[in-house]
Amino acid sequence: MILEVGGVAFSYRSKNVLDDIEFDLKRNEVLSILGPNGVGKTTLLKCMNAILKPREGSILVEDEDVLKLDQMEIARKIGYVPQRCETGRLTAFDAILLGRRPHIRWNISERDLKIVDSVIKRLELGSLSLRYIDEMSGGELQKVSIARALVQEPRILLLDEPTSSLDLKNQIEILGIIRDVVRGHEVSAVMTMHDLNLALRYSDKFIFLRDGTIFATGGREVVTPETIRDVYGIPAVVERYNGFPIVIPLEEDNS
Amino acid sequence: MAIHLVDGEIPEEYMQYVGRKVSFIAGGVALLLILLIYSISVGAVQIPAGEVVQTIVSGTMERINALLPVDLPVWESVSHKWDIIIWNIRLPQALTAIVAGIGLAVAGVAMQSILRNPLGSPFTLGISNAAAFGAAFSVIVLGAGTMHSSGADAIIIDNPYIVTIAAFIFSLLATGVILAISRIRGTSPEVMVLAGVALGSLFTAGTMFLQYFADDVQLAAVVFWTFGDAGRADWSELLLITAITVIATVYFFFNRWNYNAIDAGDETAKGLGVKVEQVRLVGMLIASLVTAIIIAFLGVIGFVGLVCPHMVRRLIGDDHRYLIPGSCLAGGVLLLASDTAARLMLAPHILPVAILTAFMGAPVFIYLLLRGYRR
Repeated sequence: MILEVGGVAFSYRSKNVLDDIEFDLKRNEVLSILGPNGVGKTTLLKCMNAILKPREGSILVEDEDVLKLDQMEIARKIGYVPQRCETGRLTAFDAILLGRRPHIRWNISERDLKIVDSVIKRLELGSLSLRYIDEMSGGELQKVSIARALVQEPRILLLDEPTSSLDLKNQIEILGIIRDVVRGHEVSAVMTMHDLNLALRYSDKFIFLRDGTIFATGGREVVTPETIRDVYGIPAVVERYNGFPIVIPLEEDNS
Repeated sequence: MAIHLVDGEIPEEYMQYVGRKVSFIAGGVALLLILLIYSISVGAVQIPAGEVVQTIVSGTMERINALLPVDLPVWESVSHKWDIIIWNIRLPQALTAIVAGIGLAVAGVAMQSILRNPLGSPFTLGISNAAAFGAAFSVIVLGAGTMHSSGADAIIIDNPYIVTIAAFIFSLLATGVILAISRIRGTSPEVMVLAGVALGSLFTAGTMFLQYFADDVQLAAVVFWTFGDAGRADWSELLLITAITVIATVYFFFNRWNYNAIDAGDETAKGLGVKVEQVRLVGMLIASLVTAIIIAFLGVIGFVGLVCPHMVRRLIGDDHRYLIPGSCLAGGVLLLASDTAARLMLAPHILPVAILTAFMGAPVFIYLLLRGYRR
């Protein structure tokens, strides 16, 4: 197991947001955290790299509890792609180079430059590399954000709604990149998702959150009409298309 | 390792791009040096540039020889006729302008990043208003400022040290209040900026209150104090300002990666291992300190801290690795150029530099705004 989350609980001003979260993840797997708005998906993601401090529990990355590490040491193990990234007058190359921050002592080395260059080639960002990020589209910016997390050389990649605010083509492209990177390297990814169908297509494991705890977890088999009804409160059917499960939400009246 | 490095190369184009920024900074250093020599050579007495350099170089060597157990070669042929003008008047004033420009600009660039606000400058936090209040308080309440005219029109404040100390204490007080507020409410940029604006207004109101009850001599002294003037500092004061400015600049440059990370958003920065709250708090404290010391000794000098970083952003972008040294140079150049112009404009009358910084800087800045970013 590359990631083992045990008994994580988080409260905000004495209100329990997350309780008894427990799951694990193998190498080269993508996990999607699913659930309605405000259920604590992003909070769980932020607890995993200690941006938020869980009240109790442990988060083991390769058998080491990250909650006992310093923020900079965590950043060498876990890359984080927030939902929104601010822009400035910075080239894509410099923005990605920033991902080397946890490894840089005083100045960048040749190795840092080479890692950035190889990730840029890997994500086919070569033509963007010297463009300024404040002139980029949402899709391009998201790729830069992912590239920045990758040059951290992380074991785990955390992505907060990586496809929100992207068009259809960019959604498919970004998730494809995440899947390929995870399969091709020794990393795993945990992402929060709203789109069940995209999640089904690009993830290996699923967690449904309800009322701050895990309602269901497992492979594709957990994505059932019953689970969706219980978690999101709307009826749905799960059909198959070319062997892939497809979720079709229904209107309340039709049930 | 997680990422395969097989195809990673040193990217040629990027190195050229970075090289352009390095040459921009080298150009800035050259410009500053040329301006320094020019500034010293002009004035009521014109000194040829060559003799300016000779006097400074040989004077420096003599002073090093006197201080340290070394024996640098001394330029025997250099005349000493300019020694007093250069070493006692023009060199300290020019260096003060440069150091104050550097200090205010570097504080501004740090504030803009820390507060995530393009209007961030040392003044956003009400520090200059607090210093002005301190000066007014010392003149009007403590009676430090019965002014009298001596000579042609030189105005002397009786007890400049009390004014300086009062200005410094009130600047620190403003900083302390904002620190206390951030302790309670967290170091969010909104809280800091709004607290700063509120404090600034409060101190302005306090100054107006005092001024209303002041007599005309005191009023003149207070107004006179607020005109920042690079000619006010002597060598020992210059040394103190320089020490603080150097420490601050080194600290900010050391944090250049953290500021780049914070520019990408607090969450990104935290994900990159940056202790955002700590960087924000310490940065604010140091920026306030360097501003407070400069204002306390020289008076209020606006505009430099706000605008120099933006000028440099428009020329070489927001990357703090180059933005910090670039802003320092821009601050030094702008304040020295303004100071030189202020000395020459109405010669033999000498204007305080603060009157001219905006005159010199605003047109350049508006031009840069209109032109947009250069590719």
